Amino acid sequence: MVFDAGLAVLVLGVAAWTIVARDTFAAVVGFIAYGLLLALVWVRLAAPDVALTEAAIGSGLTGVLLLGASTRVRRTKNLTAGKEPAAALRLAAIGLCVMVSAAIAVLVLLLPEPAPTLAAPVAANLAATGLGNPVTAVLMAYRAIDTLLEVVVLLLALLGVWSLAPDRLWGGVPGLHYRADPDGILTFDAQLLVPIGILVGIHIFWVGSVAPGGEFQGATILAAMWILTTLSGLVDTPSVSRRWLRLLLIAGPAVFVAIGLAGFAMAGAFLAYPIEHAKLLILIIEVPVTLSIAAMLALLVAGPPERSLHR
Amino acid sequence: MSLVRDALTILAVCAGAFFFLAGTVGLLRFPDALSRLHALTKADNLGLGLIVLGLLLQTEGAFPALRLISVWLLGLLAGATVTQLIARAVHPGGLHD
Amino acid sequence: MANFLLAAAGFVMATVALALVRILRRPAAAERIMAAQLLGTGGIAALLLLAEATGVPAAVDVALVLALLAAFVSVAFVKSADRPEADAK
Repeated sequence: MVFDAGLAVLVLGVAAWTIVARDTFAAVVGFIAYGLLLALVWVRLAAPDVALTEAAIGSGLTGVLLLGASTRVRRTKNLTAGKEPAAALRLAAIGLCVMVSAAIAVLVLLLPEPAPTLAAPVAANLAATGLGNPVTAVLMAYRAIDTLLEVVVLLLALLGVWSLAPDRLWGGVPGLHYRADPDGILTFDAQLLVPIGILVGIHIFWVGSVAPGGEFQGATILAAMWILTTLSGLVDTPSVSRRWLRLLLIAGPAVFVAIGLAGFAMAGAFLAYPIEHAKLLILIIEVPVTLSIAAMLALLVAGPPERSLHR
Repeated sequence: MSLVRDALTILAVCAGAFFFLAGTVGLLRFPDALSRLHALTKADNLGLGLIVLGLLLQTEGAFPALRLISVWLLGLLAGATVTQLIARAVHPGGLHD
Repeated sequence: MANFLLAAAGFVMATVALALVRILRRPAAAERIMAAQLLGTGGIAALLLLAEATGVPAAVDVALVLALLAAFVSVAFVKSADRPEADAK
């Protein structure tokens, strides 16, 4: 199909451009474009959940994260000037990437036809989970422990980012201070877009039980809206030592683990749900997890504390 | 009836795609940043709007139709606010590279 | 109809790709932000067309999310390109 071939060529072209771009800002733009094209690819492969996640986290949020990183790297550019890696090292890196890509391609092409899949048992047992969307069922019921570990890994990553703060700034406020211009266009934008965005985020999260969507995508939209309000200066990023912030961050994983442990009493295994309460339990887990992930993602983009708590 | 609907959809989508092309050509050929921005918004408003109009004719049910319209409105809103932002930043002495 | 819509989606993406190729050669930051915005709008249009053409109605949700995130990314770009280079360390 011509469309698919064109899309594939476009994806490869943008990827190549991102790699050879000289300027990090250009590379970040290329990365975001690449993520968007990948979302289109996922839609073509009839995987809208993955497309949603790719567009939201893979392209949007990670793109802004990289943008922040590239801004920080720019400040230290003169320190690394003249210390480019040697040509041999670059060739070795290229060789390694090519080998890994070739290995993956060979493995995919050698898959038996039809490829082995667990889709049938997933669909057969869907009614027991009380959910209508098989992807959410896999994430929250069949492989809930993977989702729990993902959330914990995000939290650990956030702790890692916070630990980059110099000692005197520990517990301080992340990010620069943006002054709010009450007549400015950005204030107007934020006041208009953010409420709509919050609604869309909640919608995407809620609809995830029966249609493509779910906690990660909804949380990303909520995080993006929070960052938008801080960028416009309407709200300042809270300092990382605030108790309510830390409670918000651990609420999701804590509830997840608690219900997991209760699974021993209720149905005989960690994270097992009794069938008649499955959907309710999943919902009780999902709401705090969504809020926690939103806070984690927003704080990851905000970065390590850069302003002291005490002026 | 369905033939008329299909014909109208094809017409609307073609018109929308044409505006996308026009917006892109303007983006490439206009001399300065502000007029390029102007061309960009044409693709946003008219291009997207006409395509949504064409697709509306094909959808069944009120809720999917409302969803399509809300996507267009959100795209309009987001596009308008962002182009305003870019325009103010593009003023001399605005954006640093 | 489905084939026509698919072709229209391809046309929109090709147009956007062409613009992207030319814009991304210019080094100015504003051009790149405009490129991102154009890509977002083109992506939304292509997704809506694909939703109807290939029977994946959830693609409309992806387009909705894309509209929000395109605005978010553009604002982040403008804010980051606007910062003075001589930052206090």
